[in-house]
Amino acid sequence: MSTAIVKYNAGNIQSVLFAMERIGAPAMVTDDPELIRKADKVIFPGVGEASSAMKYLRERNLDEVLRSLKQPVLGICLGMQLMCRHSEEGDTACLGLFDTMVRKFDQGLKTPQIGWNQAASVKGKLFEGLTGSPYFYFVHSYYAGLCDETVAVTEYGINFSSALQKDNFYGVQFHPEKSAEAGQRLLQNFLNL
Amino acid sequence: MLTKRIIPCLDIKDGRTVKGTNFVQLRDAGDPVELAALYASQGADELVFLDITATHERRKTLSELVSKVARQVNIPFTVGGGISSVDDVYLLLQNGADKISVNTAAVKNPALVGELAKEFGSQCVVLAIDTRQEGDGEWYVYLTGGRTKTDLKCIDWAKQAVDAGAGEILLTSMNHDGTKSGFALSITRQLATQLPVPVIASGGGGTMQHFADVFNEAAADAALAASVFHFKEIGIPELKKFLADKNIPVRK
Repeated sequence: MSTAIVKYNAGNIQSVLFAMERIGAPAMVTDDPELIRKADKVIFPGVGEASSAMKYLRERNLDEVLRSLKQPVLGICLGMQLMCRHSEEGDTACLGLFDTMVRKFDQGLKTPQIGWNQAASVKGKLFEGLTGSPYFYFVHSYYAGLCDETVAVTEYGINFSSALQKDNFYGVQFHPEKSAEAGQRLLQNFLNL
Repeated sequence: MLTKRIIPCLDIKDGRTVKGTNFVQLRDAGDPVELAALYASQGADELVFLDITATHERRKTLSELVSKVARQVNIPFTVGGGISSVDDVYLLLQNGADKISVNTAAVKNPALVGELAKEFGSQCVVLAIDTRQEGDGEWYVYLTGGRTKTDLKCIDWAKQAVDAGAGEILLTSMNHDGTKSGFALSITRQLATQLPVPVIASGGGGTMQHFADVFNEAAADAALAASVFHFKEIGIPELKKFLADKNIPVRK
């Protein structure tokens, strides 16, 4: 089993790498299209800004690489948002893997949303063993709207997609690498796909 | 619903915890990594490491510690103490810190918060404020670990720093710190209700009711304490249960 973590101009890659080591599944951090294509699992992490991240991916043709993948792919936080159709952050056209838009939280809310919130109505193998409404750690100012591909719903001012899934593509708004046991279980579930 | 966070704070010197603890289950009570992992397993929502090392080795020992914590601990953590430049922050984030906090350097160099937010994003820039209420009733900002008074008013400085890009405020009341008589409700409430970013209340937490008060009466987003956790006067699981019984949203 090999896991590739996509390297690009976004933060928190180190944290994801450490989290994979903790569950006994060391991963490689790479931006080499061949290594990404050949990996059994691909993690697309990210803390950063949407337009500069998409620009970076396009310049290296990584946008096409990501779209063409057939193995399970997990987008985390900004990674998940970039897998949507469009983001209000920098008015950015994204990868279009999930059929939803990314919008900014309303002015009246404290942003970023920082802290632990619940993922409700969870569906699918990613959440296996995570019963009820598990708590995960969130840090974000933009959110993906609800759509047919929503597999977890979280409330912060409004209800938004805290997880999305379509075919082999998975995305989570929260940070499983920082979400204690629940996060570890989710990463393990992803590896077990 | 977004939950209220409980945050133990570990004071670090030369890579070791400074204040003692009485956790018998720890092999080495001075090892911050072991203590951090214990708190994470007990349900702490985040951790703060405050470094007070004053030697030339500090950058190296601190970044080594951060790397060890990041490898072993599965919850977010903030590192503060003596951070004064983009380079300092880069090193800590590269080693796995989730957020950094700045205090004295942000007052001395008003461009710092903006530079850090631009470089790394507001979500990882915590502004720490040590404040004291003076005889005139106003809350003033203190620097260098509470040793240097300034003429800055706490609320003005907090607003200015948030405008510049601080993503969170860690507010310590020097009037309350170490007293175990409860958090500073008035100034915490003022900041928590007037600022568009989360406020972490610090200083004075001595009983579980004090934590309930700072969430209910002062609208704090998080509460931080050190010795009550280190000396097991309050256990994190009991505290979470106490708060949940009072309908305060906490992560179970």
